[in-house]
Amino acid sequence: MNWITRLIERPSTMLGGSKQDMPEGLWIKCPDCCEAVYNKEMQRSLMVCPKCGHHHRISAAQRAEFLFDANTFEQLDTDLRSQDPLDFRDKKKYRDRIKDASKKVGDEDSVRNYLGDIGGQTVSASIFEFGFMGGSMGAVAGEKIVLGMERALERRCPYLLVTASGGARMQEGVLSLMQMAKTSAVAKRLKDARIPFICLLTHPTMGGVSASIAWLGDIILAEPGALIGFAGPRVIKETVNQELPEGFQRAEFLLQHGLIDDIVDRRELRDGLKNLFGQLLQRIYRQAEG
Amino acid sequence: MPRSYLDFERPIAELTSKIEELSSMGEDAGVNIAEEVEKLRTKRDKLIKQIYAKVDRWQMTQLARHPDRPYFLDYVPLMFDGFQELHGDRAFGDDGAIVGGMAYFREHAVMLVGHQKGRDTKEKIRRNFGMARPEGYRKALRLFQLAERFEMPVMTFIDTAGAWPGVDAEERGQSEAIARNLMELSAIRVPVICTVIGEGGSGGALAIGVGDRLYMQEFTTYSVISPEGCAAILWHDREYAEQAAEALKPTAKDLKDLNLIDGIIPEPMGGAHGDVEKTAELMGDVLEQALSGLLATPLPDLLEQRQKRLRQLGLFSSAG
Ligand SMILES: [Zn+2]
Repeated sequence: MNWITRLIERPSTMLGGSKQDMPEGLWIKCPDCCEAVYNKEMQRSLMVCPKCGHHHRISAAQRAEFLFDANTFEQLDTDLRSQDPLDFRDKKKYRDRIKDASKKVGDEDSVRNYLGDIGGQTVSASIFEFGFMGGSMGAVAGEKIVLGMERALERRCPYLLVTASGGARMQEGVLSLMQMAKTSAVAKRLKDARIPFICLLTHPTMGGVSASIAWLGDIILAEPGALIGFAGPRVIKETVNQELPEGFQRAEFLLQHGLIDDIVDRRELRDGLKNLFGQLLQRIYRQAEG
Repeated sequence: MPRSYLDFERPIAELTSKIEELSSMGEDAGVNIAEEVEKLRTKRDKLIKQIYAKVDRWQMTQLARHPDRPYFLDYVPLMFDGFQELHGDRAFGDDGAIVGGMAYFREHAVMLVGHQKGRDTKEKIRRNFGMARPEGYRKALRLFQLAERFEMPVMTFIDTAGAWPGVDAEERGQSEAIARNLMELSAIRVPVICTVIGEGGSGGALAIGVGDRLYMQEFTTYSVISPEGCAAILWHDREYAEQAAEALKPTAKDLKDLNLIDGIIPEPMGGAHGDVEKTAELMGDVLEQALSGLLATPLPDLLEQRQKRLRQLGLFSSAG
């Protein structure tokens, strides 16, 4: 079994996939420190273990609630649907996989778009939902990311991308690969227009998403312990036939190798972003934009 | 050099050795043999046509990886003059899996960048089987930007199983290197023509594959993941690669049907590996036509069209 499917098929790590998946028990056992934590306490600390700091996976909807100022945000671009352009089937039809994922997660695809305020600053955001087919990027996810970026361009507000993805959605073949080119091309327009673009890489961010839009922000942040990389650790291990270094492809490893700007604790993220947007938007020469 | 034959090419191999055997006795055996050889040749041509007319997607994958298939550097002396290779990324090293340099293409100064797999074992190792590391993609970017400064069209030639999945590549930012190329190529201020000449392996191919035109040679593939990799994930068994190849629809015809490529470059009967000179000529003609079209387009229009082209990639529906 491959690492992506392992992640997908291990429901114990799927804490808080969506509202109906929320752990119902009063206590949650942290998989990292094995301590039992009072559910409400875990919620209060944004699903970060108060005992050991382990960042539990959260859904895109939860992420939005944790990120935006209360009552300032709305979800947008919810009308796009995958078309199954290859009529793809493996053991299961792609169409059925989508139906099942929608039923399970309640979303129509793997990215949610929002417009809302973070610390009083209006931000256009795209947030990956890992629970939907491993957060894989197909044509719908690619289009939504582009719409999110274009909204930032129109409103001249910052764009925030929160990734959690196994990579390109292979059921859409080269069309999904091309989403890497599409999103990267629009990222160039953000750059040229000097619109602040911040990426937050969360667990996991791999493959085609990692090798395109995830790395094109002006600032690249990551959550502690997040697995981030191009090739999956199992593939690398099989290819090079050697043990992988301790902590390989974890956020801390990337920071050490100079690949990301910083690691941010989820509980400090909102304040951190507010601070960053303020700095990026002050600008000593306030000449006409564009 | 002895040719290698794929399983489904076996009947061709058998006829070929028969023809060779007969021809070698030909000198003292007289006219009958010559006639027989001619007959066998006609039969062989018919057989090649038949076999190649109905290659399935898995066979196409194998053809794209054919050990005798010409590589980028086999085409360079046939299609270009005055090739000057330019090495290194100026930061870490010179990746042998990606070769680049300036040359003349039918009078035009151009920048060439292509994957190179390596023919014999020693070269294969030096070139890491055509699987590039970050320094390879960064060398490519350096050359794209050099081309932009000196207003040279860029021509890329894609032939890779994929970007190198190694610890060293991850440490040096494989993702970042690929992502940056995608972004910079989307706006580089010269025409960019990309051609798949063998395997179009995922992000490692795309990293030199974003441009104004994308062509595929007739017997090549372009895929988001290798059929083996796809089979391992979705079927939990690499043995299902054949089914995965069918499902992924990675052939030139598939991509043309999806409107993802501008054209299919024909190959001589029996594939590029049968006649490199003819293949180079056929490819050169298509690329020359593409280039003159792009050179006739004013730069602002060229850039706008490229952005539009990239922006509209993808198929989805709008539900209520
Ligand atoms: Zn804990």
